[in-house]
Amino acid sequence: MKIIKIFITILILLYFSPLKADEDRLQNNITKNLRCLICQGQSVYDSDSEFAISLKLVVRNKIKEGLSEDQIYNFLSEKYGEWILYDPKFNKNTYFLWFLPLLIFLFGGAIIFKKLIKIKR
Amino acid sequence: MKSKIISFLIIIPLILVFIIFYKGLNKSNFYEPESKIENIPVFTAITFFQKEKINSQNIFDKDKFYLLNIWASWCVPCKDEHPLLVNLSKNDKLEIIGLNYKDNFKNAEKFLNELGNPYKKILIDRDGTNAIEWGAFGVPETFLVFENKIVKKFIGPLNFKSIEEIEEIIK
Repeated sequence: MKIIKIFITILILLYFSPLKADEDRLQNNITKNLRCLICQGQSVYDSDSEFAISLKLVVRNKIKEGLSEDQIYNFLSEKYGEWILYDPKFNKNTYFLWFLPLLIFLFGGAIIFKKLIKIKR
Repeated sequence: MKSKIISFLIIIPLILVFIIFYKGLNKSNFYEPESKIENIPVFTAITFFQKEKINSQNIFDKDKFYLLNIWASWCVPCKDEHPLLVNLSKNDKLEIIGLNYKDNFKNAEKFLNELGNPYKKILIDRDGTNAIEWGAFGVPETFLVFENKIVKKFIGPLNFKSIEEIEEIIK
């Protein structure tokens, strides 16, 4: 009887641990992308401030409630503004931010291209 | 001609950098979240004295102004604003609700015994998750609520000016 009990316990532990690991990974991913608003230059994941500790708990609870990563980001940016996200969303306020590197890249490419043609001639 | 262009190319970015820093450094680096919450969050909490579970919908249910104040006994600015809250609690158009943030019951009780209890109800937020539902990031923080909507939010301790503002709104 005892052996069966132990066997069942091990089985249950083995069954749940990957699920838990997935949750942890998701929580870490999310909190790494959240800015700790009261610390300087730290993510919620890195910080041990009271605010960050509570926020980690909230993220964990939301994951348990079955919310997806995007839903959690939406929930938090509704409360704290988009500033809380390290990875800003693509919208009309951030077009410039997202396209500027691409524009600079194209501009630089055009200059190099022009020079190359000149050298060839 | 070429040297002129080069010096021009150096000077322009320098001026730009100067303007950006000049403007940027003048800006206060205190960040206030641009919270989009208008309606008060729905949550359940445990009451401070009775230790009963209570739903937020049963707290802000009357047709009057509510002031939710997030406080803790370990928070020094909370001590500063407390006399103002005690004064404000005499106004019967307003009900002050306390949210006791990450505190220990004994210390909080001592705090109230020493400085007075302006709160109609006190809720316990042991792990800080309720404060996050309100979009708060520390203590003290105060929300003026009317008809389940956040009318005004005060980050940091209340002062005479904010009390005047509150009294003006609830008049």
